[in-house]
Amino acid sequence: MQHTISVLVKNEAGALSRMINLFSARGYNIESLTVSTTIDTKYARATIVVTHCDDAVVEQILKQLHKLIPVIKVSDLTPDNSITRELVFIKVDAKSEVEALLKIAAEFGAKIINVSPKTYTIQAVCNEEQLKSLIELLRPIGIKDVVRSGAVSILLNNVL
Amino acid sequence: MNEVMTKELTGSQILIESLKKEGVDTVFGYPGGAVLSIYEQLYHTKDIKHYLVRHEQGAIHAAEGYARVTDKCGVAVVTSGPGATNIVTGVANAYLDGYPLVVFTGQVGANLIGNDAFQEADILGITRSCTKHNYLVKDAKDLAQTIKEAFYIANTGKKGPVVVDLAKNILDQKVEFEYPKEVYLEGYNPTYKGNPKQISKALQLLCSAKRPVIIAGGGVLSSNASRELTELSKFLNIPVATTLMGVGVYPMDDEQSLGMLGMHGNYWANYAICECDVLFAIGTRFNDRATGPLSRFAKDAQIIHVDIDPCSISKNVPAHIPIVGDAGIILQDMLNELKAQNYEINKEVKHKWLEKIEKWKEKRVIPEIQSEKLHAHMVLERIAEYTKPYDPVIATEVGQHQMWTVQAFNFTHPRRLVTSGGLGTMGFGFPAAMGAGVADKNRLVINIAGDGSIQMNIQELATCVEYNLPVKVVIMNNGYLGMVRQWQEKLYHKHYSYTKISGPDFVKVAEAYGAKGIRVEREDEIIPALKAAIEYPGPVFLDFILEPFETVYPWVLAGKPMHEVLLSSKEDY
Repeated sequence: MQHTISVLVKNEAGALSRMINLFSARGYNIESLTVSTTIDTKYARATIVVTHCDDAVVEQILKQLHKLIPVIKVSDLTPDNSITRELVFIKVDAKSEVEALLKIAAEFGAKIINVSPKTYTIQAVCNEEQLKSLIELLRPIGIKDVVRSGAVSILLNNVL
Repeated sequence: MNEVMTKELTGSQILIESLKKEGVDTVFGYPGGAVLSIYEQLYHTKDIKHYLVRHEQGAIHAAEGYARVTDKCGVAVVTSGPGATNIVTGVANAYLDGYPLVVFTGQVGANLIGNDAFQEADILGITRSCTKHNYLVKDAKDLAQTIKEAFYIANTGKKGPVVVDLAKNILDQKVEFEYPKEVYLEGYNPTYKGNPKQISKALQLLCSAKRPVIIAGGGVLSSNASRELTELSKFLNIPVATTLMGVGVYPMDDEQSLGMLGMHGNYWANYAICECDVLFAIGTRFNDRATGPLSRFAKDAQIIHVDIDPCSISKNVPAHIPIVGDAGIILQDMLNELKAQNYEINKEVKHKWLEKIEKWKEKRVIPEIQSEKLHAHMVLERIAEYTKPYDPVIATEVGQHQMWTVQAFNFTHPRRLVTSGGLGTMGFGFPAAMGAGVADKNRLVINIAGDGSIQMNIQELATCVEYNLPVKVVIMNNGYLGMVRQWQEKLYHKHYSYTKISGPDFVKVAEAYGAKGIRVEREDEIIPALKAAIEYPGPVFLDFILEPFETVYPWVLAGKPMHEVLLSSKEDY
């Protein structure tokens, strides 16, 4: 099962390495990891999606992350208390049915961000489920490449 | 206007001044190109005594041995590259056993980092998973703050090693020096006080338990909570088993003591844990050598788990009542509440449980091999008996002799056994004993070693001779890597693959180093040899020639549950 963890960490040399090292040293699987500074550049926010973990392992991951000195806060995100999205670029064969392509893109609120004689490049912002559907729909048209940003999540304040 | 008086110092001077501020008067180390500037300052200072070891691994283990017996932070200084990589085993050792170290490693100049320069090693990357934290200092302005934080992190929470890597150029960089008075780390705030509700729940469970057992680990030792532990176990009539790291926190000669549990622990300790209905674990992470397969460990028990490290709780054994905090503070809070409130304690039911355990104690190991040669257990029992009046510090290496030592010596005080429990580092004992000897020059320090282990850091005999550290090394010489050999005997059809090991003439080695060597081959030679060794004012190698084919019993084979304890070669499960 997938699990999303949000980590607030001091923006200092080696902090990311410490987090990643923890996953490899203890044998936890990372599905995706995104890191960037927060509005206060003293801190960075990491969104880590882990897979193949039962609840006990997730609890260990949360505690082990928290044990790292530069880590300030670790949040366990669920679909109920957070919103998760990722950015994806999909490069599609240009010879294909352009109309169908535009229709699918519109359906997902995706944009065509580049057109070349050979390819169309689509940009979409979606969640994991939507991304899967989008790829399945585009697959018959001819996908040349997919680049994903990895998930970013935000904890919602209106959840008790 | 209040002007703060500050002075300009070089990085090396700041290092020395900061160490003094931390109360450090002893460091173990080895000089080299990247730390020449520090050694120049050590040359001039009278307040810090530096011990020159013969291998950096010796320095790091000595620092840990020092930390173990003094409850102070051990400090080591080594150079960059190989100097730094040579300390990794010792850092990992301190990390797993939870002892505080601050280690200063040299590093090439900041402008050369990443260039594969001479004697460059990425010690930060290398030690990331075996330190509590590590730092690279690239500006002398950050040095004092970093040192303050390093000592704070090493000494608080679950204690452990911190590596401070010093870029060479900062050692001669001059900056204003002021040692920070306080330290605040936003992401680090250990919990010491236990949750009162959880404590009440735990007390209710313990008071009504019919077959309770306490397991006390290294966390009780680290928190100096022997008194609180003993008082609580007496108050509630609960027997106490210790892990290897906890040996000594509860007097082994007490009637409620179960001694050590685990793979080579006491039969009755393992049995009691298998049958208990409430298990109160304090300061232990439930290491696999102590528990056996987790699916069959204390499977009917309600588990109360106290640990200062939240990660230790429910990592291996799920806890019914987890309590995060310091063992001593929590035990004292439990005692206070017990005395203030009217808890009903079923003392009679518990007494029956103790009686039942007492019956299990009748089942003991009977020596099997009859031979002319000396037997390990007999030798160690004689040593334990003869040295008891000295209240010695006993260090060990790792292997058969380590387990036999715990069995033969009735440890009654904490910080008397210095042994590598978590990492199981052969070569740890001798330098650690050396560090213990530095810490307390008036105490008898004995290192019990195998003929394999002693050869891993034998060079430190030169250090002992140079500084006249009178460590007595008992070499349990059976010509084999005995622990591995006994597994081969049991599990690999007696195929003694590369476990027969030769060694030098240890008596001659001792003499060549300028120490004393005594060989002991007969029973009647044991006491005179011990007497001579203790009377001799310097380090001594005692080479005990033993029967080679002895086996450590009790023995729970790897993968077997704790109650399937073998007491002799005739038994099987």
